Amino acid sequence: MSNVTDLTVAEIRDGFRAGNFTAREVAEGFNANVAAAKALNAFIVETPDHALAAADAADAARASGDLKPLSGVPIGMKDLFCTNGVQTTAASHILEGFIPTYESTVSGKLWDAGAGMLGKLNLDQFAMGSSNETSFFGNVISPWKRNDGGNASLAPGGSSGGSASAISARLCPAATGTDTGGSIRQPAAFVGISGIKPTYGRCSRWGVVAFASSLDQAGPMARTVRDNAILLEAMTGFDPKDSTSLDLPVPAWEAGLSSNLKGKRIGIPKEYRVDGMPAEIDALWEKGIAFLKDAGAEIMEVSLPHTKYALPTYYIIAPAEASSNLARYDGVRFGLRDLPDGANLQDMYAATRAAGFGPEVKRRIMIGTYVLSAGFYDAYYTQAQKVRTLISRDFDRAWESCDLLLTPTAPSAAFALGEKQADPLAMYLNDVFTVPASLAGLPAMSVPGGLDAQGLPLGLQIIGKALDEQSVLNAALAIEERAGFTARPDKWW
Amino acid sequence: MERARNASAARMSIDLQTVKKIASLARISVTDGEAQALVPELNNILGWVEQLGEVDVAGVEPMTAVIPNTLRLRDDVVTDGNVREKVLANAPQAEQGFFAVPKVIE
Repeated sequence: MSNVTDLTVAEIRDGFRAGNFTAREVAEGFNANVAAAKALNAFIVETPDHALAAADAADAARASGDLKPLSGVPIGMKDLFCTNGVQTTAASHILEGFIPTYESTVSGKLWDAGAGMLGKLNLDQFAMGSSNETSFFGNVISPWKRNDGGNASLAPGGSSGGSASAISARLCPAATGTDTGGSIRQPAAFVGISGIKPTYGRCSRWGVVAFASSLDQAGPMARTVRDNAILLEAMTGFDPKDSTSLDLPVPAWEAGLSSNLKGKRIGIPKEYRVDGMPAEIDALWEKGIAFLKDAGAEIMEVSLPHTKYALPTYYIIAPAEASSNLARYDGVRFGLRDLPDGANLQDMYAATRAAGFGPEVKRRIMIGTYVLSAGFYDAYYTQAQKVRTLISRDFDRAWESCDLLLTPTAPSAAFALGEKQADPLAMYLNDVFTVPASLAGLPAMSVPGGLDAQGLPLGLQIIGKALDEQSVLNAALAIEERAGFTARPDKWW
Repeated sequence: MERARNASAARMSIDLQTVKKIASLARISVTDGEAQALVPELNNILGWVEQLGEVDVAGVEPMTAVIPNTLRLRDDVVTDGNVREKVLANAPQAEQGFFAVPKVIE
């Protein structure tokens, strides 16, 4: 038997059903990989017993003919999803030791579908970051290295960097991510895996630690497009506990997979050819165009005129919503309390939040507080929400002539840890291609396209119409089949 | 008129005193050194987002929902409760079924 930890979700599911191995063997294999990979710092909490219990239940279910869609499949859970009885921190000090007494809707659906949990995955603190350098529990390290003979530690991307690093290193076959401005897609691109952010409202936000509520959306990350379809089916669905949850049936995305793109029109947004884009990214984009043409699609140039305003719009709206959402961390109901001698209630709030939040979180709360404050609300926040309408309209106009958009996922390959940390603004610019679809609530996916000259993965992004995840998955599948991406990091950890 | 005044206010750069005021509104205590460091950081970010001011938004409604969705109503009945122990389980200080905080009335 080949090593079970090299198998995809579909291969584990089907091989387990066929009796090629037990669920317990799978769980033990991944538990061992997790335990041996401390150097990557991908997990905040490891939960081998949870994975084993789910595996034993799966083995019993197989014996009694009572299998569920994800029976036998262990996964990683981003530590932004509240898990009943298991510490949930959002990678922050302020939630260190917080043990939810309830289960998030998305994680609950995955357990109900038979999946087991290998652990809670590290991330940027409160999902605020693009490099996983803002976690209170330390940086996540990418398993990838440049081929220049150097030993620089690379960023796995963020905020779902623990998920990305763990999947790429075969610590789990799949994981959950969340995406507010690119937090599934950019890390997926950095480590050579796939990840999809579905249409806003597909996945319930209930029980997910909130960052920016009008943008936050959960989604799966895995090595193949098929695995993403399988996970997405298990994660989505109407939830009365989330007021923005879409009351729609869950499509059979896996059964609908087809890489024949005949009749599909793919738009290439000309405004995404940003100044200073590396030639390798441009070459990757051209390669993606050729792949989709080969799959039968028609390619056309389209215009999204307000693209350059997407990032500044995002960096008003997301901090504004964050400043409201994070007001709940007050040292009273849960989480850290810092009560200096003789402090009154107001002093306690301020001391608790000063001690509990990291620098990037404080920066964003303060930006948000400022743009929402009296006298500035219209100039910043209302203006940003109007520009957001224009960005969304740009997509609506594009859909009059095409069905999908193809872009690079990120303007660069993975950078080294520390390389962009000195300048918050330079870090923000890494999300230039992912943020517009977030602002418009559209489904978008990253799929590996190839390696750059330094031997690092590069991702291509497919953006689709609202609710048309199927076309997004299908175009990604067409790229996956043609890119033949089999590269994996050499084990050093 | 209101818009014009707000727009010009937004173009002003923020100073140390403003940073301290924002921190106070956000209930985050900052040392003088931290506040000093935040002045250029916040000005850089705010200076950059101000390019939105050049976009013509005449007649454009601010976005309220990215995907058209109607807010649902449900029957006005109790659907959960009786979980006091769970609600208090993570409180830094819970006493006799309540959240405890420092004395508020002097």
